[in-house]
Amino acid sequence: MSPRTLATLVAMALLAVLPPVFYYTGNAFWLDLATRLTILAIAATSLNLILGYGGLVSFGHAAYVGLGAYAVGIPAYHWLYGGLEHLGLATTSGLVQIPLAMATCALFALVTGAICLRTRGVYFIMITMAFAQMVYYAIVSIEEYGGDDGLVIDTRSELPGLNLDDPIQLFGLAYVSLVAAMLIVRMITRSRFGMVLRGAKGNAERVQMMGLNTYAYRLTAYVISGAMAGYAGALLGNFTTFISPEMMDWTRSGELMFMVILGGGGTTGGPMLGAAAFIILEELLSHFTIYWHLPFGLLLIAVVLFTRGGLMGFFRGRK
Amino acid sequence: MKKLFTAAAIAGLTATGASAESVKIGFVTTLTTPAAVIGKDMENAVNLAVEHLGGKAGPLDIEVIFGDDQFGPEAGKQATDKLVKQDDVDFVAGYIWSHVLLASRKSVLDAGKILISANAGPSQMAGKLCDPNFFSTSWQNDQTPMAMGEVLNKQGVKSLYLMAPNYAAGKDMTAGVERTFTGEIVGKDLTKWGADAQLDFSAELAKAKASGADGLFVFYPGAAAGAFVKQYQQAGLKDELPLYSVFTIDGISLPKLQQAGFSDVLGSKVTQEWDPSLDNAANQKFVSDFKEKFGTYPSFYAAQSYDAIMLIASAVEAVDGNLEDKDALRAAVKAADFESVRGSFKFGTNNMPVQNFYLREVVEDADGNWTTQVAETVYTDHVDSFAAECSME
Amino acid sequence: MDTSLLVIQTLNGLQLGLLLFLVASGLTLVFGILDFVNLAHASLYMLGAFICASLTYAVGNFFLAVLIALPVTALLGWGVERFIARPLYSRDHLDHVLATFGLILVFDTAAHLIWGPEGIAVPLPQAFRGQLELSETLVIPTYRLVIIAAGLAAAGGLYWMVTHTRLGMLIRAGASNRRMVAALGINIELLFGLVFALGAALAGLAGMLIAPITEASIGMGNQVIITAFVVIIVGGIGSMKGAFIAALLIGLIDTLGRSFLDDIFKLFMSPDAAENSAPALSAMLIYIIMACVLALKPQGLFPPKVR
Repeated sequence: MSPRTLATLVAMALLAVLPPVFYYTGNAFWLDLATRLTILAIAATSLNLILGYGGLVSFGHAAYVGLGAYAVGIPAYHWLYGGLEHLGLATTSGLVQIPLAMATCALFALVTGAICLRTRGVYFIMITMAFAQMVYYAIVSIEEYGGDDGLVIDTRSELPGLNLDDPIQLFGLAYVSLVAAMLIVRMITRSRFGMVLRGAKGNAERVQMMGLNTYAYRLTAYVISGAMAGYAGALLGNFTTFISPEMMDWTRSGELMFMVILGGGGTTGGPMLGAAAFIILEELLSHFTIYWHLPFGLLLIAVVLFTRGGLMGFFRGRK
Repeated sequence: MKKLFTAAAIAGLTATGASAESVKIGFVTTLTTPAAVIGKDMENAVNLAVEHLGGKAGPLDIEVIFGDDQFGPEAGKQATDKLVKQDDVDFVAGYIWSHVLLASRKSVLDAGKILISANAGPSQMAGKLCDPNFFSTSWQNDQTPMAMGEVLNKQGVKSLYLMAPNYAAGKDMTAGVERTFTGEIVGKDLTKWGADAQLDFSAELAKAKASGADGLFVFYPGAAAGAFVKQYQQAGLKDELPLYSVFTIDGISLPKLQQAGFSDVLGSKVTQEWDPSLDNAANQKFVSDFKEKFGTYPSFYAAQSYDAIMLIASAVEAVDGNLEDKDALRAAVKAADFESVRGSFKFGTNNMPVQNFYLREVVEDADGNWTTQVAETVYTDHVDSFAAECSME
Repeated sequence: MDTSLLVIQTLNGLQLGLLLFLVASGLTLVFGILDFVNLAHASLYMLGAFICASLTYAVGNFFLAVLIALPVTALLGWGVERFIARPLYSRDHLDHVLATFGLILVFDTAAHLIWGPEGIAVPLPQAFRGQLELSETLVIPTYRLVIIAAGLAAAGGLYWMVTHTRLGMLIRAGASNRRMVAALGINIELLFGLVFALGAALAGLAGMLIAPITEASIGMGNQVIITAFVVIIVGGIGSMKGAFIAALLIGLIDTLGRSFLDDIFKLFMSPDAAENSAPALSAMLIYIIMACVLALKPQGLFPPKVR
């Protein structure tokens, strides 16, 4: 077993064991923290597929998380206050909400990806951000769903055999989903499809000369990644029971990117490690001072300047 | 990574096991971003209240833990969750912003804690979402602008242009003035709010001027107030389009406006439920000690925060420090048996204060500092418009 | 439509556009020549405002304060280049984005620590506090005209520098072909430092000019950075001309959108719905324009000729 795999497995084992221990020893807040961490790790894992493996620097990934959350919030809102019954969208059923979240995000990724992927480099970074900003302002303009203030929903998704109002069950669902997300990304990137995606990152021309349409491969990865982030958003909406346009702010997209880089892009466990380090650091630093952004920012700069390959870089095995 | 996690685990485990000798108050306000200027004022007032109480509420020590909402509902909810679940506070107070309070409400009430708003007063929480465990030491959003609407009617203003930030309170404020103002509303602009709020109002001011309205009603709290008043003066609108504001010109914006010499604000009229010039012993002590300690007049945010702590302390004293009996504690809060800086203080059926509203005028005090003083009483014992929608009795 | 209102709003849009250009010109220079993505560029806009505000109280005159604050801001920009940007030139854009994202947090918090959360109001000399009456209905604050004049002067100066000086020649050469400049035996480190300092001074100037209108406040840069990026992307990275045209375009669209969109919307929806959706759509408008431009011209409107 390589050091990286070992590190990933140890971290995942700790993530499975510690939060319930906290919960049952009267530290419910730390379970909350772990749930948020796990959900963001899913979003970071989805971003890793295009950013880490595909070299596509999306600066608008938070939009998918936000859209996913609204796909939970809006049906719940209509279930509470009426409207949209004829579409079957006034519901708290997770079996409607979650597929809706993923489908919405996949569609949004397909449409915007088709345009974004025509551009390269910095233009790609900025156009993905532009689309995220558009969604942000679109949501803000819809008065019915709270606009700037966000949407407070007092109900969580109903799933057969699960009660998400129980924090342990919600954490369990998030954890299992994270494991699944990591395995899916690992599977994809090791398939022939993944080889092309990774090859296109290094040298798009060469892959194209092999007669492969890199555009189609990239767009497919982009859509998968968007749907996965939408799923994470649906979980996040269930976790906070409060959905705000803030979730899609460009700084949130920046944070997701940072999680991937901090942990190590292009590795299975990297995004999870990055999300964990990010959330725990944020919590610990803000515990000591309201000026925590200062050391946090310095650390961010230091990570970029002095580490290569993020936290996973420490576990580099001999190949 | 593993080390980090273990460190976190230890930090988490040692934080529990609070002593029963103290009453813990979580206080959520804005401590970062430019809006922290309000949070700072509230924090000062809370600390002054604790000092005036000698650090004691009945037999218990008072312990205040501040939470930072970072000027947004998401961070505000997270800060609230931490206070409720990790610090296991007995009361959660504070909240400048309506949307932060709305987002955080469930976390506090679900945990059976008592929630006290020291500023935000969204209509929902006075009406449909009212709760036996929710109290306010401020007002319902509509009330202050309603008082302003009455003033406008009395002064013969026929048409009005409205400007406010685009969030829950901004909409409540414009709704409030529309509720009582009998003239015509000729235009309304809701501008972007939050961490990247719009602060250049050139386009809106030009529109307001072109509308030919008799007056301009605005609501720009905190740091935006200074920016707005400056541009209003630079545009030279004082004579043409008199300014009527709520929660904009206050103890926070006045020192800055004075420093930069924006004298058009002198004589400007605002409505409010409290004023530093109110003549009662509690207020005089509060205002003079606050000025001595922090160098400026307290704002209404400070006054409401001071009252919130005094209210909590009076309730804890009434139950003799027995925080376990929630019903008795709740009843003691509802009794509101404390010396409020606004004189007499009582709660209505929906746990919002039933109180006077004053018209105040910006003046220069004896020392040459700009402040406000009461010009007249607009409402006496005013009950907010949403009390009827609340199912509590 | 009311003509004088249209004229006033056009002037307001011009003012916003010129301020945007001051921020965007530095960004596009750094981007075009150094190939460095600097999210923290607008932190210099904020720092310029704060430094100028403090100096206004220290020396007693706003315009004198601006003159002193400009070189100070330039020096700060040089420091950012030397210690943060230089080690990152060889890395990819992702690393630039992340490191400068961290830098924003550092600068914002540092400003909070140094100047407090409340922001600083900047007093203007008496002569600039009033209004200029162009006609009976056409009255505009004097200081807004000062901003327009200063913005145009800075744009003109920049144009002259780029087209008529040796430094300008190197900048033009660098924007179209970096390797060539290096091959000419130019002290590339000095050139990069100068470009960064120049960009910082321009962004700082924009912050100083806006401070008497709004005020110097924490996070004021974050409002402007994204818009500035939109400007340089629409204009074409590295193109001064593109940045200028795109900045004015976006300044005008934003201001006119805020002014007239609700009235237009009221023609076909309820007044309440119009009041609510108009601000959001006018905010969205610039991103829609950017997406449309990139969909048609993936390199922006005026891409530099050779890369």
